[in-house]
Amino acid sequence: MRKRTKIILWGVWLVGSLAFAGYLLSMLYGKADPALMMPGPLSDGHHQLADDCAACHVNPLGGGEVLQQACVDCHGDVRKKPFDSHPAAKFKDPRNAPQLAKIDALHCVTCHTEHKPEIIAKNGLSQPKDLCVHCHADVADDRPSHVGMEFATCTSSGCHNFHDNRALYTNFLVKHLHEDPIKADGTVPAREFAGVVGEIMTYPHDRFPVQALTAGDMDAPTGAAVTPGIRRDWLETRHAQAGVNCTACHMPPDASGTPMAWTDKPGTAGCAQCHDLEVKRFGQGKHGMRIAAGLSPMTPDQARLPMKPDVAHAQLTCLSCHGAHRFDVVKAAVEACTGCHDDQHTLAFENSPHGALWRKAQAGEIDGDAGVSCATCHMPRVDFDVNDWMSRVMVDHNQSASLSPNSKMIRPACLHCHGLGFSLDALADQALIDRNFNGQPKVHVDTMDLAEQDQKRRRANAGGDDAGMFGF
Amino acid sequence: MKLRKPLLITGAALLASAGTVATAASDAQVSVKAMADALHLVMDSDRTIYTRKIVNRLVKKEKVIKASEHFEDDKALVLPAQMFRFGAELVQKRAEKLPDVNFSYSLQSLWPINKQNAPKTEAEKTGLKYVAENKGKNYYTTEELGGQKYFTAVYADTGVAPVCVACHNAHPDTPKKDFKLGDVMGGVVIRIPVES
Repeated sequence: MRKRTKIILWGVWLVGSLAFAGYLLSMLYGKADPALMMPGPLSDGHHQLADDCAACHVNPLGGGEVLQQACVDCHGDVRKKPFDSHPAAKFKDPRNAPQLAKIDALHCVTCHTEHKPEIIAKNGLSQPKDLCVHCHADVADDRPSHVGMEFATCTSSGCHNFHDNRALYTNFLVKHLHEDPIKADGTVPAREFAGVVGEIMTYPHDRFPVQALTAGDMDAPTGAAVTPGIRRDWLETRHAQAGVNCTACHMPPDASGTPMAWTDKPGTAGCAQCHDLEVKRFGQGKHGMRIAAGLSPMTPDQARLPMKPDVAHAQLTCLSCHGAHRFDVVKAAVEACTGCHDDQHTLAFENSPHGALWRKAQAGEIDGDAGVSCATCHMPRVDFDVNDWMSRVMVDHNQSASLSPNSKMIRPACLHCHGLGFSLDALADQALIDRNFNGQPKVHVDTMDLAEQDQKRRRANAGGDDAGMFGF
Repeated sequence: MKLRKPLLITGAALLASAGTVATAASDAQVSVKAMADALHLVMDSDRTIYTRKIVNRLVKKEKVIKASEHFEDDKALVLPAQMFRFGAELVQKRAEKLPDVNFSYSLQSLWPINKQNAPKTEAEKTGLKYVAENKGKNYYTTEELGGQKYFTAVYADTGVAPVCVACHNAHPDTPKKDFKLGDVMGGVVIRIPVES
């Protein structure tokens, strides 16, 4: 080959390589089609973020530490004690180095791998089956009831949860032995917003002092489309009764605290002024995660669960379920859900025992808090920490928080009305779940039996005294 | 006027010398053993105060509240061992932001109620046995874990209040039921990374 030809070929290679590198860099830093960069489909938990790689990959050239921080940024606050029985701090002690060499418990992706649907189970986990055994191989020495159990069964339904084990630890199980399947007079705790609003430091008391307003107090500017229906809805709600006027929502303050120009359709920022915890939790669940990530609101056609086709493009915001001006929490608790969801469990609600209780409660035949709506279980009323010194019972708007594994629903929802043993069995019976709990569990989980065996052994060991089991 | 200049010079000299002393003090080297001993002194004192003045007083003497492993569910006091561990976990987390601060510590026992608190490494096993059999003495060694060399110190942890021995003797999961006040019930292990 002639020298000139060689030089030309080298030049072509060099220019081609630089162009290709430039193309790759432009994809990394520019607005390339995410589908081109996607190494594999995302899990059920993250698929809504597929058009925004930067939601997790905040630095295109970052490694595992960047991804770990992205996990913590969204999920960190629910991974703190007392909810997390395996916090990272527990594993950073050098004495755990040999175990960490086998199972890297310091990084979320060890059990929550993304882009690899072939190794992700139904619950969204890619958890190694030998996760528990490296630290707890000798569990049967202390718990003879566990002799012979396969290590892959630790996380079976109704047994152990790695993070939130609060419904499954031995003393809790023992306290709830032999409970009736259905408790007499079961109700959920009452919400506490109105009662504690005076103590919430972040509530804008200066702008909205808690005092009832009348029609003459309405402060909508001239020209605002205030219909008689809107006026009536507002007057009949707690907003008017609590001093929340039109401009409170329609003219939310900017970063400097100055009210912005009137808008007919305020976004979630208007709600978050007073209901900041609700909006924050909404953004941590599948309904609001796109808004929280700065994307357009989620629409039912993006869901992987069956949804009704006629609402495929409806956008999910606070108003989707609550409706403007009336903010009907009864409608939000059932109709808002059944308006979109089209799966077996949802469709079976109306003819289920829960559905019957809900109708009775709305008819005034039983206490309002004894009715069971979709929200009763999926958006349970939780005593939520407002800050370090106070909490309030509020509706947890992160409806994904108690779904996977479903035993996380036991404490905030099931136990208000059901015994623990019944709840464990019912939640392990998928066919019963599909029928929206219309019938009795056909599955039996051994957890309560094992706890009772263990209680007998411990009593014998402690000389018949239970005192040591519950403090001293 | 005449006095002012010498005073100024003297003042500047004093300030300079004070600065020198301060700089020298902050750069002074403390042995790894002395650092471990100092850390343990603080830990052990706080632990003793919490056990005696909070737990033993309120649970045993005044009988106004329980102490429980499941303190949130039982609306009870945090157990002294949990108090110690929560502190260790918070130290670990806070130390991540302090590049010059690097140590870890844990409470362990040859007779643990929670088996995760049994000694794991050879240094822990030897050290806990040593401090249990040689009352009043500490155990110091070096060991390598995960490719990092550590100075490891083990200090005896004794039953300082009646609640310590009462709970450990009565707990259904205890492997030892005859602890007496003042007995060595376990040990505090402090690790400080050192260069190989």
